[in-house]
Amino acid sequence: MAEMKKIATRESFGLALCELAKEHDDIVVLDADLAAATKTEIFKKAFPDRFFDCGIAEANMIGVAAGLAAAGKVPFAASFAMFATGRAYEQVRNSVGYPHLNVKIAGSHAGITVGEDGATHQCCEDLALMRTIPGMVVLNPADHYEMVEAVKAAYAYQGPVYIRLGRLAIESFNDPETYHFELGKGITLEEGTDVTVIATGLVVNEALKAVRALKEKGISARLINIHTIKPLDKEIVLKAARETGKIITVEEHNIIGGLGEAVAAVTAEGCPVPVYRIGIEDTFGHSGPALGLLAEYGLDAEGLAKRIEALV
Amino acid sequence: MDKSELLELKKTACQVRLWTIEGVFNAKSGHPGGSLSAADMMTYLYFREMNTDPSQPKAPGRDRFVLSKGHCCPALYAALALKGFFPTEEIKSLRHIGAMLQGHPDMKNTPGVDMSSGSLGQGISAACGMALAGKLSGEAYRVYAMLGDGECEEGQVWEALMFAAHMKLDNLCLMVDYNGLQIDGNVADVAGLDHLEEKFAAFGMEVLTINGHDFEEMEAAFAKARTVKGKPTVIIARTVKGKGVSYMEDQVGWHGKAPNADEYRKAMDELSAQLKALEA
Repeated sequence: MAEMKKIATRESFGLALCELAKEHDDIVVLDADLAAATKTEIFKKAFPDRFFDCGIAEANMIGVAAGLAAAGKVPFAASFAMFATGRAYEQVRNSVGYPHLNVKIAGSHAGITVGEDGATHQCCEDLALMRTIPGMVVLNPADHYEMVEAVKAAYAYQGPVYIRLGRLAIESFNDPETYHFELGKGITLEEGTDVTVIATGLVVNEALKAVRALKEKGISARLINIHTIKPLDKEIVLKAARETGKIITVEEHNIIGGLGEAVAAVTAEGCPVPVYRIGIEDTFGHSGPALGLLAEYGLDAEGLAKRIEALV
Repeated sequence: MDKSELLELKKTACQVRLWTIEGVFNAKSGHPGGSLSAADMMTYLYFREMNTDPSQPKAPGRDRFVLSKGHCCPALYAALALKGFFPTEEIKSLRHIGAMLQGHPDMKNTPGVDMSSGSLGQGISAACGMALAGKLSGEAYRVYAMLGDGECEEGQVWEALMFAAHMKLDNLCLMVDYNGLQIDGNVADVAGLDHLEEKFAAFGMEVLTINGHDFEEMEAAFAKARTVKGKPTVIIARTVKGKGVSYMEDQVGWHGKAPNADEYRKAMDELSAQLKALEA
């Protein structure tokens, strides 16, 4: 696997969008004065005629995207996760979700790794909000290669999709030679029999390091990467529940409404086993460097290893 | 338009009102007041102004209409049915379980409905998106959207207006059904829309004010809107809420209430008499 420098999934998103747009002239991109941050500026430079800055008006942006989709375009509308899914929640529900329009919503700067901007911008509720909208596909890619494929899959899917993007530059752990993305299918990164760790998004790589460290201590933890929060891969979850008898979920999101509760719902109905949710424990974040915050909230490799070891 | 065309429009508008009352009465709920104030403009749109074909409701080149004040869909359904998008019989099951016609417009299931709407302030943004798509694709279609006066209290409306002006969407024609009433009372008392013309003009619109029950004024305004280049047009239509049914006219209580059997009969009798007078 070729060495690759750290890259934030927002940048991977911008690059992927640009590549995809070369082949598909129905793609248009909207932003709300955050093109430099969401990295839609990469698209803007390449396709200025297909990029529209809606200004600081997210509600209108989502509505405009709905109208573009109703008239046959495939709009990708980007803003910070807080505003795209929070400020404009009702527009996403009623103007996009209810008519099941082909709008792709990208929420950048999700989770606490926004860092210094603090709690007002650290959206840990976006997955919960988007999961509740009927017909909405919810994607949370974990690294560069996964994001590139997720963007292609979002375009190929006919209907509304939410894609979560991160601000923090991260290592890529997937191997582009072998990586395969299938919408709604989880990926087993490590086999294991004592417990299954199910992680999503930016913290998957941290969970991977933690699980590998625990292997050296004789703890056999399975690791599953869930890039599609909805529809959730029930099969892989139930298989893990049956075979390891215990599940630990890891997400950079409120433990209410996110991956953990989605997994717990599947096991509760299909194979009741203990499910422990690691994430943001129903609290707001605060300012600080992203990596420092990850450590503080126990979401870095070291913190995860400790928590998982204690729970096994 | 000549006299016979004007007469035909008046008769059609009367039919739209009859079917509006029919729908709301059978639904035992709904919004007759604003439907009746908007009935003449919807009639004009579908029977005079817009390029639509009921046999091809999804034709890419068609003109589009977004009822941003979605609760007034009884009048839209009546206009669409009379135009031939679906049988008028459907109107009798408005709001019923399993019905095609929902309490607010549903583009997925109702032929001729170009956008789902009902949550106020949202339709205008979708209309902007459609107009932008038309510009991008080089299509000549026009996009129409109707707002309520009370709806203009929603912040999203003004976000959308800024966008529409900035993007120079001259293929977009907005209408405000200015009947002066909203659920809690007079618009002027609830939140106030003073200087609405000036507000729209300041936001970059071409602003035209007409009597929303006068087809000749509509003809002049819509014709003018087609000639405006580089900016959208908004037509402020002064209307009477409940127009056409004497006891509903200008009465806030008829915003969202269905007539009982006696009231239904009276409304149908009044509207039938109006139609008969036009046919004579």
